[in-house]
Amino acid sequence: MICSGFFVTSGEVEFCSANPILKYTQDDLSQRGVFGTLFCTNFRVTFISDEKPQEKTDKTFKNKLYGENDIPLMCVDHIYGVYDEKRKLITGGLVKNKYPSKMIIHCKDLRVFQFSLTFSKEEDAKKIFQGIAHHCLEEKSLKCVFAFSYMGTPSPEMQWKQETVMFDSPEDWTQEMKRTKANCRLVTENENFELSQRLPKYFVIPLTIGDLFSYQGKGLPIWCWSHYSGCALFKASFPPVTQEDGDFQKHLDTMINAVAHNHLYSVKTEDLSESLPNIQDIQQSYNKFKQFFLIENSTDFWLSDVKWFSSLESSGWLDIIRQCLQKAVEVVECLEKDNTNVLITEEEGTDLCCVISSLAQIMLDPYYRTLMGFQSLVQKEWVAGCHAFLDRCNHLHQKDKEYHSPVFLLFLECVWQLVHQHSPAFQFSETYLTVLSDSVHVPVFSTFLFNSSHHRESVMKAESPLAQSGPLSCPTVWDWSVQFDSKAQNFFFNPLYLEKVKHDRAVRKPHKPKHQRNLSLPSTAFKTPPKKGFFKDETDSLKKMLRVKRLSRWRGSPDAPAATTREFFESWQHRPLDYHGLLLPCLDGPAVHIWMQRYLRWIPEVYILGGGSVAVMTKLMELLSQVQDLKRVLEQRDSSQAAKLDHRPYFQHRLLSFDSSGRLSSSFPFAYTCYRSFKPIIPTGLMQSLMVTDSLASQEDEASSVVSFV
Amino acid sequence: MEESDSVESLCSSTTTRSDRSSGTRVSDTELRSKGRAIEKVYKDPSKGELPLLPEEHVQDSAKDVTYICPFIGPVRGSLSVTNYRLFFRCTDREPVFGLDLPLGVLSRVEKIGAATSRGDVSYGLACKDMRNLRFVHKEPEDSLKKSVFEVLMKFAFPVSNNMSLFAFEYKQVFPENGWKVYDPLAEYKRQGLPNESWRISKVNDHYELCDSYPAALVVPVTITDEELRRVSSFRAKGRIPVLSWIHPESQAAVVRASQPMVGQNGRRCKEDEKLLQAIMDANAQSHKMFIFDARPSVNAAANKMKGGGYESEDAYQNAELVFLDIHNIHVMRESLRKLKEVVYPNIEDSHWLSNLESTHWLEHIKLILAGALRIADKVESGKTSVVVHCSDGWDRTPQLTSLALIMLDSHYRTIRGFQILLEKEWLSFGHRFQQRVGHGDKNHTDADRSPIFLQFIDCVWQMTRQFPAAFEFNEYFLITILDHLYSCLFGTFLCNSEQQRLKEEVPKHTVSLWSFVNSQLEEFVNPLYVGYPSHVLFPTVGIRHLQLWVTYYIRWNPRMRPQEPVHQRYKELLAKRAELQKRVEELQREAANRTASSSSERAGSPTRSITPVQTFV
Repeated sequence: MICSGFFVTSGEVEFCSANPILKYTQDDLSQRGVFGTLFCTNFRVTFISDEKPQEKTDKTFKNKLYGENDIPLMCVDHIYGVYDEKRKLITGGLVKNKYPSKMIIHCKDLRVFQFSLTFSKEEDAKKIFQGIAHHCLEEKSLKCVFAFSYMGTPSPEMQWKQETVMFDSPEDWTQEMKRTKANCRLVTENENFELSQRLPKYFVIPLTIGDLFSYQGKGLPIWCWSHYSGCALFKASFPPVTQEDGDFQKHLDTMINAVAHNHLYSVKTEDLSESLPNIQDIQQSYNKFKQFFLIENSTDFWLSDVKWFSSLESSGWLDIIRQCLQKAVEVVECLEKDNTNVLITEEEGTDLCCVISSLAQIMLDPYYRTLMGFQSLVQKEWVAGCHAFLDRCNHLHQKDKEYHSPVFLLFLECVWQLVHQHSPAFQFSETYLTVLSDSVHVPVFSTFLFNSSHHRESVMKAESPLAQSGPLSCPTVWDWSVQFDSKAQNFFFNPLYLEKVKHDRAVRKPHKPKHQRNLSLPSTAFKTPPKKGFFKDETDSLKKMLRVKRLSRWRGSPDAPAATTREFFESWQHRPLDYHGLLLPCLDGPAVHIWMQRYLRWIPEVYILGGGSVAVMTKLMELLSQVQDLKRVLEQRDSSQAAKLDHRPYFQHRLLSFDSSGRLSSSFPFAYTCYRSFKPIIPTGLMQSLMVTDSLASQEDEASSVVSFV
Repeated sequence: MEESDSVESLCSSTTTRSDRSSGTRVSDTELRSKGRAIEKVYKDPSKGELPLLPEEHVQDSAKDVTYICPFIGPVRGSLSVTNYRLFFRCTDREPVFGLDLPLGVLSRVEKIGAATSRGDVSYGLACKDMRNLRFVHKEPEDSLKKSVFEVLMKFAFPVSNNMSLFAFEYKQVFPENGWKVYDPLAEYKRQGLPNESWRISKVNDHYELCDSYPAALVVPVTITDEELRRVSSFRAKGRIPVLSWIHPESQAAVVRASQPMVGQNGRRCKEDEKLLQAIMDANAQSHKMFIFDARPSVNAAANKMKGGGYESEDAYQNAELVFLDIHNIHVMRESLRKLKEVVYPNIEDSHWLSNLESTHWLEHIKLILAGALRIADKVESGKTSVVVHCSDGWDRTPQLTSLALIMLDSHYRTIRGFQILLEKEWLSFGHRFQQRVGHGDKNHTDADRSPIFLQFIDCVWQMTRQFPAAFEFNEYFLITILDHLYSCLFGTFLCNSEQQRLKEEVPKHTVSLWSFVNSQLEEFVNPLYVGYPSHVLFPTVGIRHLQLWVTYYIRWNPRMRPQEPVHQRYKELLAKRAELQKRVEELQREAANRTASSSSERAGSPTRSITPVQTFV
């Protein structure tokens, strides 16, 4: 039985347990491990060691909901059973027969657990195995998700959540339109989802659209963001191609014309389902890719090290990331350089449209590179924007694989590339992104549980227990205090972030031209010289009319976009970099990297003991806090100015002190390694890695003229 | 003046370290300040300004030369050749475009194809620093007059044309004399040598025992000079096992040598066996010893056919032989050639990873690092002494010993310590720089050329990436070393051995690279250095953590701009802190004056909490 005080979260109920279970330690092949009890509850699979916990280093980065031996049920990816030395993937059918001697659990956050079931009573072992397999693999209903049993008390530290714009009220949208100086129309007619259940509760459309009710809102251009020049980015869903009929084509033309009317009668449209991989491709590629990081033992590790680069390439995952960023750069180019409106389309309009529009906004608008701005963006484009999280993440283990796809993760991957390349431009850290990618599989937050606004609202209403305490309220993921204390939340901030300097800008960047919103550089220097032709200025709108006709044939040939965006990138690169202006990623092969922190953090073979960025970040944080302290002292002394105290998060970095940063490993703050295991990891099977077969290998070490052997 | 500055910023001889995070090109100011130290400006109204070093003279120049830039297309401009460099400049485009490279980096200059109908001739310049340049120039109509490229060919390969390298003409005086950086006896003294088990032998004082070894050798006290002579006849090129480094606590030693001349008949040498036993005995902590043979076992065995081989277990009991599977100089040369093909000038994005893999470059790096890691592990964790050798002990052996030393001894991670390490393990122990680099030699197909030293610096760079706070020097320091490995501006990397350098009087007639480096250390300092004094660094050698050194190998590609935001940001913060500290102190002084009578002092004075950053560990 689980002793009292075990439950970290209220509402948790135990299903079954078994003892003794051996949990193998990951870092060697010696089949050693720790004995303890394995539980399965409605929230997680958890292992509690029989041994008394050793004196542990105080974890500065502890998740309050689940620890290192807990696997939230939603986080289980695959379960393997070892039957007579043979490893089999567990599916429904196998469960009923017999239980395996060893159970291997692969998690969606890339942890790998291995348990031996041979030491406990047969009955218990069978029960725990079947229990875990049932609760982690079988299709279930949304009501069974732990969030509906979770009764966490709302924490007092709600300020973050409050600062994140949720885009669930007309005011939020009005405010956003005001911020970007958009000239569009807020639609409130869908408040009760009468227009469409697939559309957001509130959304914004071009001014000139009158008819909202045809085709259930299909093809409605939904406003994403406005450039300071006046042009804007819109996204729209598309019907399946087969459904094309004359009327509908007419409807589309109206919609596109409405977008064009937004600014200077110009529009470029892009059908993302034509130019980017579809969600099944994305899913397949990621499935291949993640296998390289689900490492069960050292031998596997060193074997997979051999053909590392070609394996990576064959998964195609990095290439998909590159394609998405490339497409986003193309969109940015249209807005920034050509000042034309852009309409991106896709069947549902809530998958790749979300990826591309969010990325373009991050590149163009420095607000979205702050932590609050980024969270607001996710709310705007993904949560309020009706990305089908429930289906895409497959929280309910539906057998129908067609709808699963790590689209949101793909977006985070692309953001990580930007953060990696232009670190000082982002207020949040890669640790923040890693934690966010993990939180998708923590079944407590309302953020990632639903397929649309309508879905969220209807379920929340229905699940409310007799409406006594109002509608059910599970926390949103942005309430980070549910998972981390404020000390740990410091890791979300990037100490390299270059805050906007307001006063002495003129001194620091003398030749930088000013402009209204400081979004990006004025585009005069970007503009390619006007093309020679018949069209003069007055016929400009006519020319653009003609461009409209080239719908979705925009840059049809595959080579053309790469070439012009290359030019766009290079001209951007030639100017002094402004971290609060336009930001473009370099997309050449060597510049696209693996998100090391997320993918390598649990693999002991790649821990750099005493290395990694910890030491550097510690020094930076320390120096930052010293600067902040000094500033504060000056402000206090300088009472005449009555300067307000600065409440920026950096203040708290003072609290962090890693006395032993020299001995922390590169996987910090995620995995902790014990000090005693401070030994190098020597690769095995080196020669397998490199069989140079050409004649050079057997050539004499010295050129013949020099060799003078006795 | 402004023009010449922008040329410098684009010039490629001296490494440009443009840092975009500051908003301006840092390299401008950096190079300018550096330029002042060593360059005077050659003024010619027709050609603009050309920065010249002391004793550097313009040999020829030509207008209307077209440089076929693989990144921005053809560029027309003027080209000058001095006895030190090639200088190309184009002024009629914005920004001003320039090329400035020391002739030493050229490995090949050749005419490509015949002249066109317009009399244009193409010239291809292959460089040792991962690029190829292509120029188009009109042949002089007067056939007696030499084209500027013929002049270039002459000065690019002075050794082949019986001229001296520019290093022997360059007479810049620096505040510090870099030739004094390394004093072998002082370095051994730092390690606590000589001691009761080890002595410094003078047997090689006149390089009679071994002409590629240094004069000062550390050997076990129990072995006489006479015995050493006998050992030298048993080791390839007379390179006997001598101490490189000794662990300050366990007394485990890192010993280097060349292969034993075992041959097919399994020859033995009892003095050699005694020497290795003595090395083992000098370390009381262990009754075992490891012999690391850097080669693949197949190659080591093949060497027996030619008289070489490896230590047999019968002859050397208690010694365990380990092969480290590192390939020979020819494999490495080929690997780098492939790498150049993959990265210059264009990168195929969609097949980048598999192309990179096909060069095997990072796999070789992995094997070398893994070998050094195993050596360091045996010395540190196993407290056992190790002997390291390959065939001749001057290529793979210094790679392994110097990397192991960097892992084991934090002294070698400082700027000066690293210079000492290079002087000791590479230069004094006879890595054949002249042969491997081919200074001033036009024979570009020479099979003795190989990027062994580059590979070592790459490994060091990999370590600096994994331990960003453990090294006192920055990436720019490593790139500067590599640039001057080829430039022939300094005498440091000339010749093949200590003996040759003394014979040629290199220290007397040339300037040391360290004179230049140590006169402007601030350029090369890693601001994030913490310098854990007693820490041993064990890098991760998995290929997942190894990266291609983009800022070196792909630096000519303008899209691959280097960026060091961490360093930049840190420097900014340091400056900010200094500024604020000053203001706080001023205010405090003011306050103290005002309330001189009052003794009340604020509790928790902020200055107290501010510790000097460099001491933080």
